This record gives sequence, C-alpha cells and structure tokens, in this order.
Amino acid sequence: MAVEAKKEQLIVSVSPHIRDEETVSRIMWSVNFALFPALVASFYYFGPRAIFVTALCIVTSVLSEYVFQRALKKKITISDGSAFLTGLLLGMNLPPSLPFYIPIVGSFIAIIITKQLFGGLGYNIFNPALIGRAFLLITWPKAMTTWSAPTASFVALDAKTTATPLGLLKEEGIGKLIEEFGSKGDLYINLLIGSRAGSLGETSVIFLLLGAAYLLYKRYITWHIPVSFLATVGVLAWAFGGKDGLFTGDPLIHLLSGGLILGAFFMATDYVTCPTIRKGQIIFGVGCGAITMLIRLKGGFPEGVMFAILLMNCFSPLIDRNVKPELFGTVKEKK
Amino acid sequence: MVKTDTFERGVHPHDSKELTAHKPIEKAHLPKRVVIPLSQHIGAPAKAEVNIGEEIKKYQLIGSPPGFVSAPVHASLSGKVIAIGDFLHPSGRMIPSIVIESDGKDEGVPLKDNPDYLRLSPDEIKGLIRDAGIVGLGGAAFPTSVKLSPPKEKPVDTVILNGAECEPYLTADHRLMVERPREIVNGLKLIMKALGVSKGYIGIENNKPDAIEAMEAVVANESDIEVRTLTVKYPQGAEKMLIKAIIGREVPPKGGLPMDVGVVVQNVGTALAIYEAVRYGKPLIERVVTVTGKGIREPKNMMVRIGTMLTELLEDCGGLVDGAVKVIVGGPMMGFAQWSLDVPVVKGTSGILVQTEEDFFPSEEYFTCIRCGRCVDVCPMGLNPSMLSILSEKGHYEEAKEYNLFDCFECGSCAFVCPSKRPMVQFIRLAKSQTKP
Repeated sequence: MAVEAKKEQLIVSVSPHIRDEETVSRIMWSVNFALFPALVASFYYFGPRAIFVTALCIVTSVLSEYVFQRALKKKITISDGSAFLTGLLLGMNLPPSLPFYIPIVGSFIAIIITKQLFGGLGYNIFNPALIGRAFLLITWPKAMTTWSAPTASFVALDAKTTATPLGLLKEEGIGKLIEEFGSKGDLYINLLIGSRAGSLGETSVIFLLLGAAYLLYKRYITWHIPVSFLATVGVLAWAFGGKDGLFTGDPLIHLLSGGLILGAFFMATDYVTCPTIRKGQIIFGVGCGAITMLIRLKGGFPEGVMFAILLMNCFSPLIDRNVKPELFGTVKEKK
Repeated sequence: MVKTDTFERGVHPHDSKELTAHKPIEKAHLPKRVVIPLSQHIGAPAKAEVNIGEEIKKYQLIGSPPGFVSAPVHASLSGKVIAIGDFLHPSGRMIPSIVIESDGKDEGVPLKDNPDYLRLSPDEIKGLIRDAGIVGLGGAAFPTSVKLSPPKEKPVDTVILNGAECEPYLTADHRLMVERPREIVNGLKLIMKALGVSKGYIGIENNKPDAIEAMEAVVANESDIEVRTLTVKYPQGAEKMLIKAIIGREVPPKGGLPMDVGVVVQNVGTALAIYEAVRYGKPLIERVVTVTGKGIREPKNMMVRIGTMLTELLEDCGGLVDGAVKVIVGGPMMGFAQWSLDVPVVKGTSGILVQTEEDFFPSEEYFTCIRCGRCVDVCPMGLNPSMLSILSEKGHYEEAKEYNLFDCFECGSCAFVCPSKRPMVQFIRLAKSQTKP
C-alpha cells in the first residue's frame, strides 16, 4: 500500500504497544477450572445433590449479574467468569443437602449486595461468596449446619446426617474424633481424600491441592497468602490446640479439616479483596490464620475460616496503604 | 548456561528481533528533503543560524545552542533552506525546524582525520563532542557533553556502554556492535578519557551472541574494559537497571542520577558517534534506525540522515503492507504512535515499528483494576502501579505522590502484564502532568 494513502487512518494509542496474553476472564476461568477436581470429588462423596446445589448457585449468580447489569444498562460482564466463580465457590461452601431456595438467596446476596452494589468486579470490599455464605449461616443456622455423611458412590440421593470433624473435636474432643474414624492414620487419610462430613467442596484436600498447584504453577496465585495462613493455623493449633497444655496440639487435624484448604488457596487469595503487595499478603494470611484459630479454639463456632477471611478483607485497604513495595534505590547495595 | 547479570522484576515480551537481527546496516537513499528540528534533545532548543534561500553544505552548522544544556544541529545533506518554522516532531508536538531541499550532490564541508585523537585532553574531547551535536542515541537524547561533565562533588569511577537494546524489535545497536565493534570501543575509550575513569563495561543482552562475540574480540586485550552478558529482560537497558545489573549499585530515587553512584551510562550508538566526532570532526547527521514490524514490506536496519521524513524512509523499505494500522517511532514498549507520517527521523529515533491489525490490541477498551498485583511484581522501580492508576483514575493526583509517582520512568511493564488491559502509562502521565514533584 502506498505510504501516502495510509496517512489519515493511523491508530494512535499510548505505549506500550504490545501486551501479554493474560486477561481477567482467562484468569477467572482458570480458577474455575482449578476447582473442578474438587467438585468431582464432592459429586463422588455427596451424590447429585452436591452438583444440584452448586449448579443452583452458579446459575443464580450469573443470572443475577446479568439482570442487574441489564436493568442498569451497564456492560454485561457475565462471560468474564467471575460471577460463575462466585457461584461455584459459594456452592462448594454449602452443606450438600439444602432446600433449593437457600443457595438461590445466598447467590443473590453474593452477587447483588456484595459485588454489584459496590460497583462490580474490582470494587467489592468483601469476598462475595463468603458474604453470601455468612448471610445464609445467620439466617438459616439449622439448615446450614446439618451435614451429610459421605457415601462414596456418586449416586447417594439422601444420606444420614452426622457431625463434621471440627464439630466433633469441639463438642466431644479429639479422642471421640479419632474413635469415629478408627485410628489417627485413618482420620488423616479420610481428611486428605475428603471422605468426611462438611461443606460439599471443602472436604477433598488432595483434589483442592491439585487445583491450587495448577494456579501456583500458572502464577495466578502466589504462595504468600496460603502459606502464611496455613503456617499460622498450624503453629497456633500446635501451641494452643492440645488438652495437655502448651505445644501438645495436633496441627494436622486443623490443617486438613474445615474449609481451610479451600479458603486459604481459593478464597483468601481473591485478588479484589486481599492486599496487592506480597508483604502485605503475608500479614493478611497471618491474620486469617490467627482469627481462624481464635474461633476454632475459643469461639462458639467449630469453624472460623469464613469469618477470618471476611474480617481480614476489612483490613486489606489499610494494609495496602501502609505496606509498600521496596522502592528501587532505597535498599543498601549488596555488592 | 552463561551466567547473566540482571535486575529484579521486569517482564519478558517476545523479542521479535528475528525480522532484522541478521540484516546488515544499509544506507538509506539520499532524501529529497529533510526537516531538521532545532530541538531534538533535552534542554534549550538551538537557534537557527541560516536563512531561507541559503545554500548550505552537509555537516554545516544550522542551529547553535543558546546555553549549556543544549546541542547544536547540523545539515544532514547539501541543498537549499526552503523553510524555517514549526513542524510536527515524533513526540507529537510542533517544533521549530529547518527544512532543507536536497541538491542531490550531497556535498559536505571537508572533514579532517586526526589519527592522534586518543591523545586529546578531556576538555578537547568534550568540546568536539559538543560541537558535533551529539546527544544520547538510546532514545532520551540528553546532550552527551553535559553528561560527560559531572560536577566535582560527584566523582565518577565507571562508564557503562549500553548495548542491552531491551526493546523488542529493535536491532540498531545490535548491528552496530556486530559491524563496527572497534569504533565503538574507541568511542568508549574517549568517554573514559573525558571523565578520567579507568573502568568501562559493555552490557549486552544474551539474545545477541554475535554482538557479544564481536565486542569481546575487540576488548580481549583491554584490561580496563569488560563485556558483560545480561539476561534478556525488559527494561534491562534502562540506565538504573543496567547499573544495578552490572555493578550492583542502585541509583537513589527522587531524581537521583547515575552520577550519584559514580556511573555514566552511554548507548553504544552514541559511543560510535563520539568516535567519529572526535577523530574526524564529523557532526551527528545520521544514525541507524531499525525499520521493522509485520506492517513493513522489507524490514531493515538503515543508516538514515537526520531529518528524513518517515514517508520517504518507509518507501525505502518497500512501503507498508495492506493491513498496516499503526506506526510507532521507537520500540513497542516506550515508542510513540504517530498520527501522521510527515514527521522526521530525529537524533533519538532508534526504530520505526509498523504494526498490522493482527498485532493490534484495541487498547481503548479496558476494565477495572482487579488488584491482582501483577504490575507490582514486575515494576522495576518497586512501585505500586495498580494504586497509581486507581488514584489517577479518580483524580487523586496529590495522593499518588505518596506512592512515589515521580519515580516511575514509564517503561510500560505494568501495562504489558495488566490482565484488565488498563492504560497504566497514560494514567501515570496524567497524574504527573496534574501535580508537581
């Protein structure tokens, strides 16, 4: 083409003129993908009800976002995978047997109240799925703490109810918990593979870690929050979790139970609601771990991951304001 | 694996240098006319020394510096001055310029060879560099003689030649190092002499093995000059990052300069220009420009007269392909997109990149910041670009200063990795323009 003819049609934009391939939606869909193995495990242990609850959450979340954005004549962003992710995470944080309206209300609270009313993706202060769950726990405390026993069959339509390992630990002590699973070794193994009562997507530690490893490998999350969160829980469980005084607790039980793995790798790491600076993320993780253990050991609930993350969400802006990266040139020379 | 030196953080864009890396520097056709801006450097614009209608020769002084921080400009061909006035400059501004119509003869003021050039005194060297109008050819275009005259209280002990060429696509410095290594090293020696420095380094990124080999062969017997292999990472060629990589010193923030840590950095192309100026008295009237990208028919490295219009230079490279949509002066990371091709090549023009629809990313559409922190992880200056962009977006310019706004040198690494495709550099420039350091 002649150079002359081209002159009037040039595109002008600010540098840089090349970008890498990552996009928000690619990251969000990757996180959804990373949760898939654990979701399959929940299907295995809790049957079609697990999938039904999760699907309800996802459909309601995506639909709520669509209707809200449509009604306010905003850009429709449901394809970016973030509303899908909120629904998926909320579903995985619910007991497998729930009346159908409970997941629907939770998803509405998560997407409309927690996310869209604050301005949509990027502007919310709290993790939407966790606010949805907190609302449900307060509104329907009975239904939200009625746990199904795992069946390991893919088909269980109904199951007997039972207590979660953390519930047993709190109410009846470690002896009863071990007795329930046979031996300490069996307890660990069942906690690892997910054959225990609990929120439907939180139980299978091994599959959650598989997904987390993928996210770490893709650098969509970094070690800072999960490691500081888990390490704090481990140390505090060891120090204060035992009956026979300081440093007699069993950290593994606390690390493998409840929603800790799901929370530490998939919810505390939510970009929007955690600090941006890595150093600040360590403070955030330690705070999450400390509050979790405070609730687990001293609080009224057997599990504290959800409230811990939500409380630390409040601190994220403060942490970002005060923990800054090391400005180039302010470090002492090393050579 | 060779051990390579580098700095912390940064990004890894595809280097795309294969288009021109193997192509020897070609002489561009003598342009029909040149538009020579009187300000192609940082500092005061030069004052026109010729009048409309005047016949002038190549190398002739046509603009003289009014002050210390400035540089003269010279005619890049012989011919007649046909206009003096404001013309579009690649920076997007209108700049007073002198237009010369070529007489086709390319007659120059005679140059004199001084084989004893290495015996000249530091002041003589600096004088010749100043008279030749040499400015930093890496892109910043700071007058070189000023850079070589640090104040007494800032002793300089090291000179680093910048052969990193970390901008993707550009191969101008690469080719110079392959083709003219001896002259570059002679230029380095002159810089070291002018500064009274006994230690010189040449930093070259690992993706230019032939350049490293060529430079190493020349400095094999020079005990005080060392070639250092650098990691391929952007912005490795930024002065501060280069100094950190090679000698581990960190230039202080808040307006600190390399001389604050005893270093002067010069681009390899500048070293060559210095050699030619000191040895032959040749003013800076031409430079190597990489003309490249999918949008140009024949990507090449060209030796181009200063003032050559982009229209002529692009035709010289076979013209644009049908899908060409964007013409960038400089590299893809920090270059300026042009709205008109009636702009001249200036002293600081290291490349011209033509992008096509295939390359083009529709940057007018961007999303909210999700605070993923990727920009923080790559910022070579240790800033929080996410916060700077959010504060700028909201108009909180003063508050942005608390996050070291003015330490940003606009390398674009943050925007490169941003998954929301936010125009980070634009936000930061806007904030800078609305407040004072």
